[in-house]
Amino acid sequence: MSLVSIRDLKVSFDGVQVLHGIDFDVGKGEAVGLVGESGCGKSVTWLAALGLLPLKATVSGSVKFAGKELVNAPRTTLENVRGGRIAMIFQDPSSSLNPVQRVGKQLIESIRLHRGLNGAEARAEAVRLLDLVGIPSASTRIDLYPHEFSGGQCQRIMIAMALAGEPDLLIADEPTTALDATIQAQILDLLARIRAETGMAMVFISHDLGAVSAVCERAAVMYAGRVVEQNGIQGLFKNPRHPYTVGLFQAIPQLDGPRQRLQPIHGTVPDPRHPPAGCAFSPRCARASDFCTSVQPGLVRQDDGCDLACFNPSAHAIPAAYGSSAMISEYAR
Amino acid sequence: MSVLLRASGLCQRYTTGKKLFGKPSTVTAVDGIDLEIHAGEIVGVVGESGSGKSTLARMLLGIETPAAGEVEWQGGPMPNPATPEWRALRRDMQLIFQDPLAALDRRMTVANQIAEPLEIHKMLPRDQISGRVAELMEKVGLRPDQADRYPLELSGGQRQRVVIARALAMSPKFLVCDEPVSALDVSIQAQVVNLLYDLQQEEDLTMVFISHDLKVVRNLCDRVVVMYLGRIVEEGPADEIFAKPLHPYTQALVSSVPQAGTGMKGRIVLQGEPPNPAARPSGCAFHPRCRFADAACKSQVPPLMRDNGRLAACLKLRTLPFQDEKQLTHA
Repeated sequence: MSLVSIRDLKVSFDGVQVLHGIDFDVGKGEAVGLVGESGCGKSVTWLAALGLLPLKATVSGSVKFAGKELVNAPRTTLENVRGGRIAMIFQDPSSSLNPVQRVGKQLIESIRLHRGLNGAEARAEAVRLLDLVGIPSASTRIDLYPHEFSGGQCQRIMIAMALAGEPDLLIADEPTTALDATIQAQILDLLARIRAETGMAMVFISHDLGAVSAVCERAAVMYAGRVVEQNGIQGLFKNPRHPYTVGLFQAIPQLDGPRQRLQPIHGTVPDPRHPPAGCAFSPRCARASDFCTSVQPGLVRQDDGCDLACFNPSAHAIPAAYGSSAMISEYAR
Repeated sequence: MSVLLRASGLCQRYTTGKKLFGKPSTVTAVDGIDLEIHAGEIVGVVGESGSGKSTLARMLLGIETPAAGEVEWQGGPMPNPATPEWRALRRDMQLIFQDPLAALDRRMTVANQIAEPLEIHKMLPRDQISGRVAELMEKVGLRPDQADRYPLELSGGQRQRVVIARALAMSPKFLVCDEPVSALDVSIQAQVVNLLYDLQQEEDLTMVFISHDLKVVRNLCDRVVVMYLGRIVEEGPADEIFAKPLHPYTQALVSSVPQAGTGMKGRIVLQGEPPNPAARPSGCAFHPRCRFADAACKSQVPPLMRDNGRLAACLKLRTLPFQDEKQLTHA
């Protein structure tokens, strides 16, 4: 049974729909990547699941965590889950930490809340956590303020704080985007090591496909508020099917081989207030047919276990549900 | 190729952290940089935050006066800031920043923003300005109907196109791009990088491209300068630097780039944090994080040496184990 199962999650802000029915599962101890460009709804999915969106957001659908419903759940239910069972870390660590409180105090606060430890016990646990995330001389540096740590170390402290409640699931929202390349490598290493040691599940939200492939087993690609492709890392990277996924891979410049012109995806992400008819990617898609611009493709499980929402996918696959003979000639173009 | 810009012995210091009764501390942001930029080439500058990339760029443009050393522009010395000669020079050199929304005036339309430098420098008679603006907009791929839009109505990639059009309005010779695509999504990033490349070819621009994204730098730039704590640690043609990095820092930097589909195998993960420029380590500034450092590295500052046509600043250059590209990225 999956740890979290999201079904038909929809979110709209002031009547503008930004999530169009997300289905997504995270198994126990699994690391899943969530990839997409800014505004595609990858962060909103999890903010909505944890009830962290502002009041003007309308959320519908279902998010079940270990069998418990979280959407529009009472505050007490959510507060037991947040931090304790599901922890979240964000892109900018320095804005998530309180600048006028010592990091130890902030860390002990979450240990006290989620674990019920007090005094010397809580402090010892805080030192242990800082040690675990690789802060050198943790027992003395626990009394420093956030500004006395570098960006990479602040992110380590955020991770320590997220681990304070011994969560079953860690949601890392672009945890390495604001960090330098060499520090990013350190943090990815740390996340992989902690996951191996504690066995917690992780959702890694990022626009960096390379980082996702480094720490995840499975990944979902989102576009304009929908999951468009979902597969294991190997399958997704070796054989991307959705033209958007293919475009994303082609747009990443290569570090080896001959120097070449980059291959952008033409056009821009659609305005959520004026979504295009049919498939949201069709205006930018080279493979789009008339059918694509009128009918919205659903996310359909393929023979090889890949989930795909496309009528004209790259390579071989044709979505089973749409594979009538009349359509196949259309796909064969 | 003729030398467009030559920097020699460039240093910049900033005074920071003056305590109430204490001494102010100085931070050396750029520490003795020699660099030649030839007409028509694209030079990439890479390094972590705090390595002095942007400070170097500002001194190359003459926006900041260096604490020591000098910049020569087309063979003559760079005029002092805010003098008439300096102002006239602004036409020939332009700067593009990371955040286009911060660089644009939110209360001016796109067309007015692009026209403003033309008006300030009185480059064209008033009646020809709108024609030139339309031409520039077409060149950077903006639609004519976007002329009356405000920056907030545009997407990130379109805003950066407006900034580029504005920089090109003066037909500059020298363009410095400071992290121009870092704030953009991958698919849009590729559009803007291609645009910059095409413009560089068409307009015969000389470009300095600052970025922490090694993949973009490799595919765009002719020559790459790697900076660490205010100094150049390695310099060379882009292909060679990324295929066979010499300096241990460059090796770690190249290997730390996550490659799609290759996981974490074979990566050099550096220990420790990027050092504080205010407390520079002795000797080679990289030695506390270096896998190969020994006692000599702690005491001697390595000069930028030429070896087999490559420039690198490392005492152990000849004895380092050979790292080829395959070992680094796909091992």
